[in-house]
Amino acid sequence: MGDLDLLLNGLQSAATPENLMYAAIGVLLGTFVGVLPGIGPAMAVALLLPVTYSLEPTSAFIMFAGIYYGGMYGGSTTSILLNTPGESASVMTALEGNKMAKAGRAAQALATAAIGSFIAGTIGTLLVAFFAPKLAEFAVTIGAPSYFAILLFALVMTTTLLGSSKVRGFLALFLGLTIGLVGLDLNTGQARLSLGLAQLRDPLEIVAVAVGIFALGEAFWVAAHLRRKPLQVIPVGRPWMGREDWGRSWKPWLRGTAYGFPFGAIPAGGAEIPTFLSYVTERRLSRHSDEFGKGAIEGVAGPEAANNASAAGMFVPLLAMGIPVTATASVMLAALTSYGIQPGPQLMTEQSDLVWTLLASLLIGNTLLLVLNLPLAPLWAKLLRIPRPQLYAGILFFACLGAFAANQDAFDIFLLLVFGLLGLAMRRFGLPVLPLILGVILGPIMELKLREALTISDGDLSGLWSEPLGVAVYILTALVVVVPIVLKRVRPGMDTPAAEVAHARAEEESEQDDAKDEKRVQR
Amino acid sequence: MSDIVVAWSPDEYGRAALTHAVAEARLRGHGIVVVNATRGDALVDDRFASDDDLRGVRAGLDEAGLTYDVRQSVGADVGDQVLAVAAEVDADLIVLGLRRRTPVGKLIMGSVAQRILLGAHCPVLAVKPA
Repeated sequence: MGDLDLLLNGLQSAATPENLMYAAIGVLLGTFVGVLPGIGPAMAVALLLPVTYSLEPTSAFIMFAGIYYGGMYGGSTTSILLNTPGESASVMTALEGNKMAKAGRAAQALATAAIGSFIAGTIGTLLVAFFAPKLAEFAVTIGAPSYFAILLFALVMTTTLLGSSKVRGFLALFLGLTIGLVGLDLNTGQARLSLGLAQLRDPLEIVAVAVGIFALGEAFWVAAHLRRKPLQVIPVGRPWMGREDWGRSWKPWLRGTAYGFPFGAIPAGGAEIPTFLSYVTERRLSRHSDEFGKGAIEGVAGPEAANNASAAGMFVPLLAMGIPVTATASVMLAALTSYGIQPGPQLMTEQSDLVWTLLASLLIGNTLLLVLNLPLAPLWAKLLRIPRPQLYAGILFFACLGAFAANQDAFDIFLLLVFGLLGLAMRRFGLPVLPLILGVILGPIMELKLREALTISDGDLSGLWSEPLGVAVYILTALVVVVPIVLKRVRPGMDTPAAEVAHARAEEESEQDDAKDEKRVQR
Repeated sequence: MSDIVVAWSPDEYGRAALTHAVAEARLRGHGIVVVNATRGDALVDDRFASDDDLRGVRAGLDEAGLTYDVRQSVGADVGDQVLAVAAEVDADLIVLGLRRRTPVGKLIMGSVAQRILLGAHCPVLAVKPA
């Protein structure tokens, strides 16, 4: 098969010492940022963007891919040992994983998470190598109106499915779309939202926006909540699993992969739903269902595999259509553009070397993760002892350096500050960050497609629904918005992921309250 | 009645301080206030006692038959938190454990012990683990 040959070629070019080094750096850095709650792979990639301008695009992307997978892995470590899931995708892992750790089975929980991630990531990457070229072949034939519809679908899906509040999601999305409008109008050359400033005539530097929202916003937020009661980390040795753990883990791994990949691959965004589905399935199928809620290994293995499979799946829309569905993917897309590479369906053919080397390096990165992380787990847990002032001082330094390096204009530092304050405000008011970043990055692409479609139809709006595919996607989009609302009316009290998690958390808290009451009585 | 304040952490230094404080309290017939403080600026602080650690301390003090109070607090400076408690209970004596510090460590990090020694209005007993 042709694709397999291409993948093997990719493996060959990814296996150079230099690229292996970048993969290793990426994986270590990714785990580093993944372990620390609050800073994630999206922030790390955004911070590194300016540093990688001098690198070959291939090397840079190998590193980014390593950061992405490493971040996923690191997140699971924190969820298990500390019960503070860094992102929505590892909430389900924390549910059972932390219980396991408290019961003295931290080593097994970490091991099943690591090996499950490896298996899901590897299968997922192979599936990407299989599906992405097919989808790209098809995507090249998609006309501008349908493309616009698909982009709209991706935005609506990620905005409505993530987080607890749709209003907040759309608020963030429109903020992002507005920010994406800044600059000269492509057709008429009019300056939009430039406030009369010469620097705002060009589109905003994506580094300034992403780093401002992710890094500065988080740093301000942390500075506002600097002192918190320290958490109890559960000490852990080297992760390992016994025979029974293997027996109980391998099926959840595969089922989790099966859930995770499709959700990552359709531009529907996020690992929240597949991890939830995987958790619920494992609870139902497990022969040890009484252990759920007390630390069942299936409840770690399944969601963690689903999480990583969806992380891999997201490369399908990214590579085949140029549509990112996670924050990290959208920053990666911005990186592509800054290398002068046009993302989109033609990427697979025009930059096939880059794409296949990237896919191959994902496989390598995944293996590196397993090799590095199993013995290093106790070390990663030590990272949690870094005092926040020192950590965030470093992040702020790199943030300012990066924003300044892009254009060497002090105005970008000012922009960085503005977006940092926006990031702080968003955290304060509970606005999700992902829709904003997607809006900033997909907005201009959407506009381009919209303009194209309208030019073809000579300004006639009906040109937007002239293609059957486009119409189908619009209907799907409408269903995504309407069906949950109707379902809620018809069947109130139906479990959504958010509700389930809230329920589990509430139970846990009431347990803690009970414990506190006991103490009071003792006194 | 004035008390003896112990700057305590769940490690050998805290243990040494507590042992001496208990001996001193028996001698004088005083109560003990155990202070466990943190700056709270890292996600995890090993010197901030877990519930299990606290239970152990309480059990030990119960056994010794002393009146005691165990306090945990989060603030900008660990030394200041101990001093604040000492001022509040009008302490007779502050007991603390001294840890070994390397020259580089002295350059980079501050010293809780030094802060307490300089700021205390009562005698300070500084002990080292055996």
